[in-house]
Amino acid sequence: MAPAPSLRSGRAIWRRLKPAALALIVPLVLLAFWQVATTQQWTRLIPTPAQVGEYMVDFAWGGIYDDAYSATLATHLLASMSRVYGGFALAAIFALPIGLLIGRIPTARMLLDPFLQLMRPIPVTAWLPLSMILFGLGARSAFALVCLGAFYPILLNTVFGVRSVDPKLFEAAAMLGCKGNAQFYKVVLPAAVPSIFTGLRLGLGLAWFVIVVGEMTGVPEGLGAVIMDGRTLSRTELVICGMIVIGVAGYLSDRVVVAVGNRLLRWSPGNHG
Amino acid sequence: MAEIPIIDIKSVSKVFRLQDQTIHALRDASITIRKGEFVCLIGASGCGKSTLLRIMAGFEQPSAGEALMWGKPIEGPDPSRGMVFQDYALFPWLSVRDNIGFGPAARGLPGAEVKSIVDRFIELVGLQKFATAYPHQLSGGMKQRVAIARVLANDADLVLMDEPFGALDAMTRERLQDELLEIWQRTGLTVVFVTHSVEEAIFLAGRVVVMTPGPGRIESDNALDLPRPRDVSSPEFNDIRRVLSAKLHSHHGKKVTA
Ligand SMILES: Nc1ncnc2c1ncn2[C@@H]1O[C@H](COP(=O)(O)OP(=O)(O)O)[C@@H](O)[C@H]1O
Ligand SMILES: [Mg+2]
Repeated sequence: MAPAPSLRSGRAIWRRLKPAALALIVPLVLLAFWQVATTQQWTRLIPTPAQVGEYMVDFAWGGIYDDAYSATLATHLLASMSRVYGGFALAAIFALPIGLLIGRIPTARMLLDPFLQLMRPIPVTAWLPLSMILFGLGARSAFALVCLGAFYPILLNTVFGVRSVDPKLFEAAAMLGCKGNAQFYKVVLPAAVPSIFTGLRLGLGLAWFVIVVGEMTGVPEGLGAVIMDGRTLSRTELVICGMIVIGVAGYLSDRVVVAVGNRLLRWSPGNHG
Repeated sequence: MAEIPIIDIKSVSKVFRLQDQTIHALRDASITIRKGEFVCLIGASGCGKSTLLRIMAGFEQPSAGEALMWGKPIEGPDPSRGMVFQDYALFPWLSVRDNIGFGPAARGLPGAEVKSIVDRFIELVGLQKFATAYPHQLSGGMKQRVAIARVLANDADLVLMDEPFGALDAMTRERLQDELLEIWQRTGLTVVFVTHSVEEAIFLAGRVVVMTPGPGRIESDNALDLPRPRDVSSPEFNDIRRVLSAKLHSHHGKKVTA
């Protein structure tokens, strides 16, 4: 006997909801812990979730506290996004061609690879003071730091992608009449696309990751600036709101990239993020 | 008949150098292949079958001796000599259509012509339903059909196949053997086919070249005059199998007694 249809459709619904339900468990447990910790007053320095929620509403739309930060979320978010995407684009413009050169041309590799490997361990935070001297206080420094953060993952994955093309494919192309430089466009580039794409995805993630450091350079607007202000003014709810917005924006940005990637890389069996 | 053979391998040796080691992959190998022949190379692994095939393809140059096509030295890979690899080597980012059209497009043929060529060869290998699929969505047998269509679409005179059906299950393998024979008989193609299966060689070939390792040499060149289609269970088939197996294993015997 087949199970009753309602039972079967119930199971089907659960199968579809299961990933979302499982994904929510850890955040909800942490939220509950936060709620208990703050209402039990284990600490007085951190506001309750409700306070932060209320502040987030004011930050986004205003009308509750009406202070300097009310209804400014969009402004700060746009300022940060312009730096994240601008710095990321700049990083891609440098990293992609350099990566292709290092990956394909041994002389370029010997020339650039040791230097870049030496520079790579230096964290973006360490570059902050020098960047402010070189590019001044403000947006240009922020761009430069975000760009630096996104540069290496794009570079390294591009190099890896063009170097790890299956050598058989070059032979296959050659015996089909595609030789010399034509192989670069017909074999190397398409074969490297999945790696390059991984690099771009990681690079964009890192651009969001370093935005707060980038905006420590004295820019007036931006989520990083808001977080730094919140710290100086001891307004923890402001800091937490800034953190949440960065997390959500970075997450959504990544989902878009993954969706684009899945369309673009339908041919690649291993590429579904 | 003083006809120029399509492939003429004259006393070819091939030495690979790895660090301080030298490997004699081929020693003094000679073989002539005439247009329209179906030749199988058999031998234990490591006896230089792939090396010989890769020299014919132009992927490797002989260390000594000459490799000629239509009497002219083979200087590099060329569309007139198509290779079918055991692991397919399809372009994973191209659909079945575009893999088959890769050669014609690389030769700069106009789009309409590429399309009609692709249509013809997709039909030849019976993959019309999978025209827009990507290689990772295909079974091994289908991938190898694409690889065969790809070299045929490129107007290859000579098809070099390196254990092309070695990774396939028995049923698929038999079907592809039949299909390959049918294509060969219909098109007048020349095929050099590497295998380590005596049975596969006898089923397919007009001539079976037995190779032995250490260093790779050509042991014997055996013309088969079995009528086609061949019956693997017939006594004639089995007689030939016994003879060729003996030749194949002759060097083992020598080693044991030595
Ligand atoms: N590119 C290479 N570099 C070094 N040694 C090789 C290379 N290709 C083949 N060989 C060696 O040459 C010998 C013959 O190899 P191969 O032609 O692949 O044999 P088969 O295809 O009959 O198994 C083997 O010992 C193999 O290790
Ligand atoms: Mg081999």
